[in-house]
Amino acid sequence: MAEFLQVLFSGLATGSIYALAAIGFSLVWQAAQVVNFAQGEFVMLPAFFVLVALHWFGWPLWAALAFGLAVAVAVLGLLFKRLIVEPMLPAGGLPLIIATMALSILLKEGTKQFYGAEAQPFPSLFPQSTVRLGGAVVAWQDILNLAVSLAVVVALTLFLNRSRIGRMMQATAQNPAVAEILGVNTKRMVLYTFLINAALAAVASVLISPVYLAKFSNGETLGLVAFIAAIVGGFNQIRGALAGGLLIGVLDNLTATYVTTEYRAALPLVMLIVIILWRPQGLFGTAEGRQV
Amino acid sequence: MTVPVLAVRDIAKGFGAIRAVDGVSFEVRPGEILGLIGPNGSGKSTLFNCILGQLTPDRGSVEVNGRSVSGRRPFELSRLGVGRTFQQLSVFPKMSVLDNVILAGQEHRGSLLGRLFAAPDAGLTAEAERLIAFFRLGHLRDEMAGALSYGQQKLVDAAMAFMAGPSLVLLDEPAGGVNLTMLAGLKERLIAYNREHGTTFVVIEHNMEFVMSLCTRIIVLAEGRIIAEGPPEAVRADPRVIDAYLGG
Amino acid sequence: MKRLLLLGLGLVALLVAPLGQGTYVTYLLCSWLTFGIAAMGLNLTLGYAGQISLAQASFMGIGAYVTALLTLAGWPWLAAMPLAVAACFLVGLALGFPALRVQGHFLAFVTLAFNTLFFLVARNEDGLTGGPYGLSGMPRPDFGLLDTAQQPAFYYFTLAVFLAAAVLLWGIVRSPWGRAFKGLRENPIRAESLGLDTRRITLMAFAIGSAYGGLAGALFSPLVQYVEPGSFAFAQSLRILLMVVVGGAGFFFAPMLGAAMVILLPEVLRFTEGYYLMIYAGAVIVLMVVCPEGLIGLGGRLRDRFQAPRPRGDLQEGARP
Repeated sequence: MAEFLQVLFSGLATGSIYALAAIGFSLVWQAAQVVNFAQGEFVMLPAFFVLVALHWFGWPLWAALAFGLAVAVAVLGLLFKRLIVEPMLPAGGLPLIIATMALSILLKEGTKQFYGAEAQPFPSLFPQSTVRLGGAVVAWQDILNLAVSLAVVVALTLFLNRSRIGRMMQATAQNPAVAEILGVNTKRMVLYTFLINAALAAVASVLISPVYLAKFSNGETLGLVAFIAAIVGGFNQIRGALAGGLLIGVLDNLTATYVTTEYRAALPLVMLIVIILWRPQGLFGTAEGRQV
Repeated sequence: MTVPVLAVRDIAKGFGAIRAVDGVSFEVRPGEILGLIGPNGSGKSTLFNCILGQLTPDRGSVEVNGRSVSGRRPFELSRLGVGRTFQQLSVFPKMSVLDNVILAGQEHRGSLLGRLFAAPDAGLTAEAERLIAFFRLGHLRDEMAGALSYGQQKLVDAAMAFMAGPSLVLLDEPAGGVNLTMLAGLKERLIAYNREHGTTFVVIEHNMEFVMSLCTRIIVLAEGRIIAEGPPEAVRADPRVIDAYLGG
Repeated sequence: MKRLLLLGLGLVALLVAPLGQGTYVTYLLCSWLTFGIAAMGLNLTLGYAGQISLAQASFMGIGAYVTALLTLAGWPWLAAMPLAVAACFLVGLALGFPALRVQGHFLAFVTLAFNTLFFLVARNEDGLTGGPYGLSGMPRPDFGLLDTAQQPAFYYFTLAVFLAAAVLLWGIVRSPWGRAFKGLRENPIRAESLGLDTRRITLMAFAIGSAYGGLAGALFSPLVQYVEPGSFAFAQSLRILLMVVVGGAGFFFAPMLGAAMVILLPEVLRFTEGYYLMIYAGAVIVLMVVCPEGLIGLGGRLRDRFQAPRPRGDLQEGARP
């Protein structure tokens, strides 16, 4: 029982980080109908921005984190939107899929060339101690990862629902034509969505890298898991992506502990196929808004 | 008494609390051109989609040439001799006009496997060319359909609906977005086709002038029910129809 | 006429290509033809029928493993190959079912998931597949008169299979099926309303495309004489996809051109060492931004710019879905 709780808790912690990437994924999809096949690399990369600031510039951790966030937003948000997505929107569909796939190779190989192929230790943001909770030994890192991710999700939800800009962004995602008529600068709102996606990826990156180490190939699984979480959640809402991320994190940990480590990676894939075939609108989604 | 080409019996379809179509029945006799009109939201598009199997009605049945077509997929309907056009442009843009029209006929010939070994044009070039010429598109035969003007694409769409020699053709707002010259041509061609082949048409249309001059009989829908039925002149003069349009 | 002449010239070039070349160049040529077959299949599924698949490498894998296991068990290649192709046809048929429910990005991810599942099975089922170490020592086919153990002979064997596959595909896309595939790509709803059983033709597009992947795998096994899971990972599917899209999805000769680019470019960029994948990925992004229709589309666009407009019969093969 104690072990189960431990596994459950660390699953929730990783799952909440997956959820951040999944939410970004869904937001970008809604705003621009772009499925970003490089999303995993978007989560892999910011950790390296931080490492560059730490080791090459010799900056303190807080400054390096701020640097990582800023560069991520500029490169993975602004440049990605301007240089790749925007010119390709008219062509749509397949070319954009190919381009984001090529981008994922570019980012991965670039990181390998410029920073190295070995997994890099990443400074932990939280104390490495543990705490006993109902007989289970839980790492503070897990608790705080979960707390930070949930706080980010809550803040994002509040921003989207309560603030003026957030509501304009939602209007843009739901019906760009009407939003345009109502005087919303839809282009700008779409850009904001890309910036938020980049920021979410950066947060996910600095949370997950102390656990998994920073490695150029981390994006391969992260991207897939983020997408699956988004699919499971219904692809069109934040709550769904959050639930999907948590679910996958927990199931992943449970399988690895109790069933099989060899086929650990297979579970989310099977889940993806089953859900797409059985309930394409996602476990928590509604049927609308899922036409591709 | 002849079997009606299309028999619609007591079709009803609701969306949540809204009863889009509320018990509609009518029959269409061979060779007729029936117009289905009504103000916006009268349920004519829903009815159309129920007939074509795009929507499943809550109750009622649809028969084509005496055979029930409820629950059939669209391609089966086509093979039973029901052709249709679409409201939006519906051609294959990156195929030539000739290929568009041949595709409209080839699936009605032989078996799936047989078509793999059939001649590239499935022996349909001559027939397709006749139909293309009939719709006065002969000079555009080898153009990509997507490169044609809006009106020309509407004509290609119409030609495709006739390629398989259907006994019934449903035209979904054929006049929408077509300029006046083109429209007169389209109407004239449709009437000529009807005379030559005796094909039955059901037309949904907003353009009253077009419907009145094309159709032999008109059914008026309002709030999901038939409120009037008869020849164009009678329907035009019917106070209930005027009410429905003005009061709607 | 001009087309026939070009085709003849191409054939002659293929026939003399390995003459006087070293083993490595001949190996590259064989590899090009083999991947060309896999890309041809994907071009049918994706380019003609408009169904995205990111699982072509897994079909190469199934074909390669089936061929490897059977030839290692003493079967002749000619008996093993049809089984490999048939297995892929059936699995491809099954993979087509998701396409009846979802399209576009969702289909891309389902097929991607399938490819990764295949990789996991190949890596973990040691008893059957040899696990991460794979299978090796497959004999090259010996047809009595032609023993393909040596490199030039194996090249001509590969070329013969390649040409047969190309002619067969040409027959398929020229037949009414080709028009049906394009109709499915261009406007499935309209196609269905014209009597096309879109479900069946979608399944066929997957099954035939996958069978071509299987055939490529059946050649890959004796070519490399070593099959291991890594050769059929998702990255390899991506390479095959790139071959199709870089060449120009929906054009008959595009996969051959694309395969040449994808296989040979790394050799040309070899001097850049580790940077070649980056340069390569960058080039793909630029190509997609500048000309989403691929190299053949780029060629067509350049020609249009420098020539007076004329009937575009040359584009009849179709285009990007």
